[in-house]
Amino acid sequence: MTFILAVLTTIALINGAVAAEPDVEPAPSCAVPEWLMSAEGELTHVAAAVKDQHRLDVSVVGSGSSALSGPDGARFAYPARLEEALKRLLPGTDIKVTAHVHAHRTTADMAAALPAVLAEDKPSLVIWQAGTVDALQGVEPEEFREKLESGVEGILAAGSDLILMNMQYSPRTESMLGVAPYADVMHWVAQQRSVPLFDRLAIMRHWTDEGTFDLYAATKDYAMARRVHDCIGRALAAQIINSAHLDAEKMQTKPDVSKE
Amino acid sequence: MNVASSIAMTVSAPVAPAAVAGERDLRLDLFRGIALWLIFLDHIPENILNWFTIRNYGFSDATEIFIFISGYTGAFVYGRAMRERGFVVSSARILRRAWQIYVAHIFLFTIFMAEIAYVAATFDNPLYAEEMNILDFLKQPDITIFQALLLKFKPVNMDVLPLYIVLLLLFPPMLYLLLRAPTFALAGSVLVYVLAWSFDWNLPAYPNGVWFFNPFAWQLLFVFGAWCALGGAQRLSALLRSRIVLGLAIAYLVFAFFITLTWHVESLERFVPGWLADRMYPIDKTNLDVMRFAHFLALAVVTIYFVPKHWPGLKSPILQPAIRCGQYSLEIFCLGVFLAFAGQFIVAETSGGPLLQAGISALGILIMIATATMISWYKSMEGRSPGSRVKPHDADLAGGGA
Repeated sequence: MTFILAVLTTIALINGAVAAEPDVEPAPSCAVPEWLMSAEGELTHVAAAVKDQHRLDVSVVGSGSSALSGPDGARFAYPARLEEALKRLLPGTDIKVTAHVHAHRTTADMAAALPAVLAEDKPSLVIWQAGTVDALQGVEPEEFREKLESGVEGILAAGSDLILMNMQYSPRTESMLGVAPYADVMHWVAQQRSVPLFDRLAIMRHWTDEGTFDLYAATKDYAMARRVHDCIGRALAAQIINSAHLDAEKMQTKPDVSKE
Repeated sequence: MNVASSIAMTVSAPVAPAAVAGERDLRLDLFRGIALWLIFLDHIPENILNWFTIRNYGFSDATEIFIFISGYTGAFVYGRAMRERGFVVSSARILRRAWQIYVAHIFLFTIFMAEIAYVAATFDNPLYAEEMNILDFLKQPDITIFQALLLKFKPVNMDVLPLYIVLLLLFPPMLYLLLRAPTFALAGSVLVYVLAWSFDWNLPAYPNGVWFFNPFAWQLLFVFGAWCALGGAQRLSALLRSRIVLGLAIAYLVFAFFITLTWHVESLERFVPGWLADRMYPIDKTNLDVMRFAHFLALAVVTIYFVPKHWPGLKSPILQPAIRCGQYSLEIFCLGVFLAFAGQFIVAETSGGPLLQAGISALGILIMIATATMISWYKSMEGRSPGSRVKPHDADLAGGGA
């Protein structure tokens, strides 16, 4: 009995130690291949802000899948991970990523909230994650397209760059939640407005195919969710660097960071 | 669609005499069987065999083929019934068919409910806190099930049968009209299509939105199929034999292929000029976009040209499995929906990769073939087979009804 207690205590201690680890364990191979990155559009405002003012303000607008619940969720969700990744890739640049993330928001809700975000943050770049709640609520794809387009126009008119982000790849709910029509709309809108689309759906599917993550896993554990968000943050950072044509290699101090 | 060349009609008698309808056009069964396989493959997301499905090579997909052929065989079978037995008897048969499809749909819905109830009870992952809200409707089973019975709540990939039910419910008067004034009937169908586009007609869905397949738009394909079966194809035969039409069809297919290619290879997108993209996109599946309809027509023209009615290949054993599946379309369609559910379920439970998905897809098609063969065997035991007309007055047999 004492022995079992001792073992349990040890396990609990180890678990506690792991949980207390401040940084997320980076997944070994969640690099995103070139063909999954968007070649559409250029982030000229981002490039100007980084080169001329050495600062970059990013606003992330999204719904529940842009956040993580649990202890310290905000610190582990991709907006915060993006900020970390950008700081590593662009040393000497003042990076600020502000997350405007609220669960259950449709694209119409977010489009309505955008002007306030733009006025408040005056971001060089908006990352707009959309589509999931619309699919959940069965919003008409045509209406979804109109709201998305009006939001995109508002962002571009306000003088910000934009990256659209589509929904997560969620294999376990795939037979219940039809995201494809909404993903198609986002693809078209991004193409029409020459805006990069961060294809989270395809990227996460790629990770599943590669065995990087087991997204079918039923687990209450936050470890995998945190790793996924960390990888999304890194991939987003890479997309920003690519689309803004920032020569990351020249700007960074540590050469080995480029692999991330 | 040139199948009506089989219906030996005379110009003076635009309504095909009953006697000529005895011979079955195997091409209908063949292409409907293939369409059923493709619909099944399309319902198993992201598997390698998806690359065989036509939606990756053009605007239209297997749904168009299925609805068109269903309209064609429906008119073929019930049109004869209407001529021989009158409006009331044939309408009763059509409505019985609609009822069968309704029951099949509710059966599939039950299986779907079982699957998601299981997922709700077992699956938990903080990464998907938002997506799991899709299971919220389980908290109100009374409303959900009631809405499903009303065909307003439809799970993903279960949109085709409700469309089919509505099309059949409206088919008796349409068929009556098609037999008497085919051109007028077709014009009416086109008018409804145009009005649906102009005034955003569609049926409401639950919890909100509209039907994924808008019946007011998709009826055009069904009615067009019926019109072709009742002599329309015969009237079009000069067009169908024309080299110019064939050339145009091929040109359009090639154009659609290149446009589709730009969806998959992003670097090619820049070759699509802006004015064209502005006109073209979005290509609306819900409302049967004209570009989709045209793509189906082009496919049909080319197919009819290269696969004539008495093409010897139709007798070859290689094509018999597809023909079999096409002959029992309702059974095989439902089986396909079920197999797609089951396949996804297995993939999820085993965290299987693309290889397993491909294996499951292939296995699913084999099960569909085996089942069609079994049904055929049952019917032959009972002395009824779709090829022979042992009981010539039982209209439901040909084409598996509709």
